[in-house]
Amino acid sequence: MHVRARWTLILAAASVLACVFAVGCKGKSNGDIVVGSFLSMSGGTADFGTESKRGFDMAFEAANAAGGIKGRRLRLENLDDQGKAEEAGSAVNRLIDRNGAVAILGEVASSLSLVGGRIAQRRGVPMISPSSTNTQVTAIGDNVFRVCFIDPFQGYAMARFARETLHLQNVAIFTDVRSDYSKGLAESFRNEFTHAGGRIGVEQSYSQGDTDFGAQLTAIQAANVQAIFVPGYYQEVGNIARQARRLGLNVPLLGGDGWDSPQLRSIGGHDIEGSYYSNHFAPDNPTPRGRAFIEEFRRRYHQAPTSLAAQAFDAANILFDAMRRAPEITPAAIRTQLAATRNFPGVTGVISMDANRNPIKPAVVLRVGPTGDVFETTIEPR
Amino acid sequence: MPALAKRVGIAVLIIGVLAGVGPLLESVLTEYAMRIIILCGISIILAVGLNLINGTTGQFSIGHAGFMAVGAYGTAYTVIMLEDHAGAFLSSLPEEVAHGGVLIAGLSVGALVAGVAGLLVGAPSLRLRGDYLAIVTLGFGEIIRLVFNNASALGGPTGYDGGRPAGLPAYTNFFWVYACAAAVIAVVASLTFSRFGRALSAIREDELAAEAMGIPTTRLKVTAFIISAMTAGVAGGLFAHLQSSIRPDDFKFDKSIDVIVMIIVGGLGSISGAALGAVVVVVALELLRDAQEYRLILYPLLLILLMILRPKGILGRHELSISYLRNLFSKKTATPPTTTEAP
Repeated sequence: MHVRARWTLILAAASVLACVFAVGCKGKSNGDIVVGSFLSMSGGTADFGTESKRGFDMAFEAANAAGGIKGRRLRLENLDDQGKAEEAGSAVNRLIDRNGAVAILGEVASSLSLVGGRIAQRRGVPMISPSSTNTQVTAIGDNVFRVCFIDPFQGYAMARFARETLHLQNVAIFTDVRSDYSKGLAESFRNEFTHAGGRIGVEQSYSQGDTDFGAQLTAIQAANVQAIFVPGYYQEVGNIARQARRLGLNVPLLGGDGWDSPQLRSIGGHDIEGSYYSNHFAPDNPTPRGRAFIEEFRRRYHQAPTSLAAQAFDAANILFDAMRRAPEITPAAIRTQLAATRNFPGVTGVISMDANRNPIKPAVVLRVGPTGDVFETTIEPR
Repeated sequence: MPALAKRVGIAVLIIGVLAGVGPLLESVLTEYAMRIIILCGISIILAVGLNLINGTTGQFSIGHAGFMAVGAYGTAYTVIMLEDHAGAFLSSLPEEVAHGGVLIAGLSVGALVAGVAGLLVGAPSLRLRGDYLAIVTLGFGEIIRLVFNNASALGGPTGYDGGRPAGLPAYTNFFWVYACAAAVIAVVASLTFSRFGRALSAIREDELAAEAMGIPTTRLKVTAFIISAMTAGVAGGLFAHLQSSIRPDDFKFDKSIDVIVMIIVGGLGSISGAALGAVVVVVALELLRDAQEYRLILYPLLLILLMILRPKGILGRHELSISYLRNLFSKKTATPPTTTEAP
């Protein structure tokens, strides 16, 4: 018994030593510029991480093929945070201390970007979130950036679309009162639409998880509106579309990126077709830059890119652009140049950073079609 | 009272050493290394606390993360309330005193609410024998998570950060974590090696026989369960002020399983085993990070290997002591506790 125990102990000690040796010997300074990223590569939101990583990889390979930056190669060190905040915190600290990352890319989920961003802010390393839309993320401080537009812009974009493209006069707003996202979009839509001379005929609300919208839809029908703005999530929106058509309410629905799911069409069926929503990226983007990205992505991964991949691609390229302009490759110099980003030509549109480190960039409007969502138009920022 | 004087002396000594070692480590090591050391300390508190109920008393609780969540939110909310409403008084104190005092107050509230939650969960379910506790604690963990998910005053699913851009104040440092760990180990050890602890062991070995011997089994089980929940509350509070924000999803069912793995790795029923298991699991997972996605394959493989080589965990039911180590390394005196060989 004890002989075995002793061997186990020796084995354990040996393996710990081997691990420490392996870790300690991993060279980090061979002239490469190290950029860290933390993403959920496993766990419940693994597809967010996998998709974003593809965008990063494409950007890094393209930059290295073009000769790197200042004659140095770029290296991406990606760590899996399993979608857990505890892991995200350790990962960001490790990227800075062990890998010597000069900048951080990540996360998708806002709650994880908040954890990572606070560490990056405290350590003075710039971080760019490709897809966290929560307004708090960039409020952390001057080191935290993002390349996706924040929620209120979508309400603004859809109001402009309703007024200028669809020429609507009288629109209803149907808000999910349990969601800050929905309330934020509703508010910015109301402001912009009335500002542009339109009229909000009626406002109704529902709660996430509701399945019967008959009472509210009857009230909306009585107001004789030309469209309904429903800034909710696909589950309820699909049901609302079905019940509205059953009542004979045949006006288009308008919404935001909460609609973006294949589930929308399977719940809403034909009733949701012909409605419009705003999004970050259109998979049939007509700009030359967007098409080149989509073709390259299809060639490598044999499927169309999602907006997560496109935004990750833009996040990495905005970082490289700042590095090229920076006099030296240090976190502080990169941060200063990131804040000075103006008119950067990204695949999700032309991007400039505002004073709060949020991008000024266009939104795309998609029309829900029978087989997929079709690019309708681009709404530029003010 | 020499015994009391000795204990106070040891406590003062430990606090002195921690107060000295903490700043020293912080000046030598990177922030990343300090974070891992602190996470080890938090896991030690979790494992030693859970070991009291799962190891010593032999009741199977799988809701430790739920109590951790209650303690985390309780602590964070108290700290933010104190700073928002007594800010003027606190800023008149020296910074270290104010931060430590606020953290201690928060942790006390966190431990208290976690203890109350422990009473509410334990009192009805510990009256029964068998698997009921496992089922009830599993349910409790999920309920707590859903409650916090829907509590918009506490941030909902995005998490609670006290409404501050910088998040919850980062008061958790080496000193406070290891002072709490030492306190938890001291409390659990003195309970385990007392009449109370012997009664708990009797319940584990044969509950019916224990009852026949006059041991009030339900009362003792509930008491042990409340103490275990309170330690989880302390660990949760320390975790909150390390993380800068807490989300309901940080305290999912798999967090409870992580702690169970720690005490099984270390040796179910051994306090030093639980602490050792916590350190081994945290450090092993961190070292395996280099393996990227294969980490989730290698880690279970290591666990399987350990269970084949050491089915009772690293220490079994032994405590790590000088005489245990001496026995392990001298060939002649192989004395497992049950045999009575001459040395």
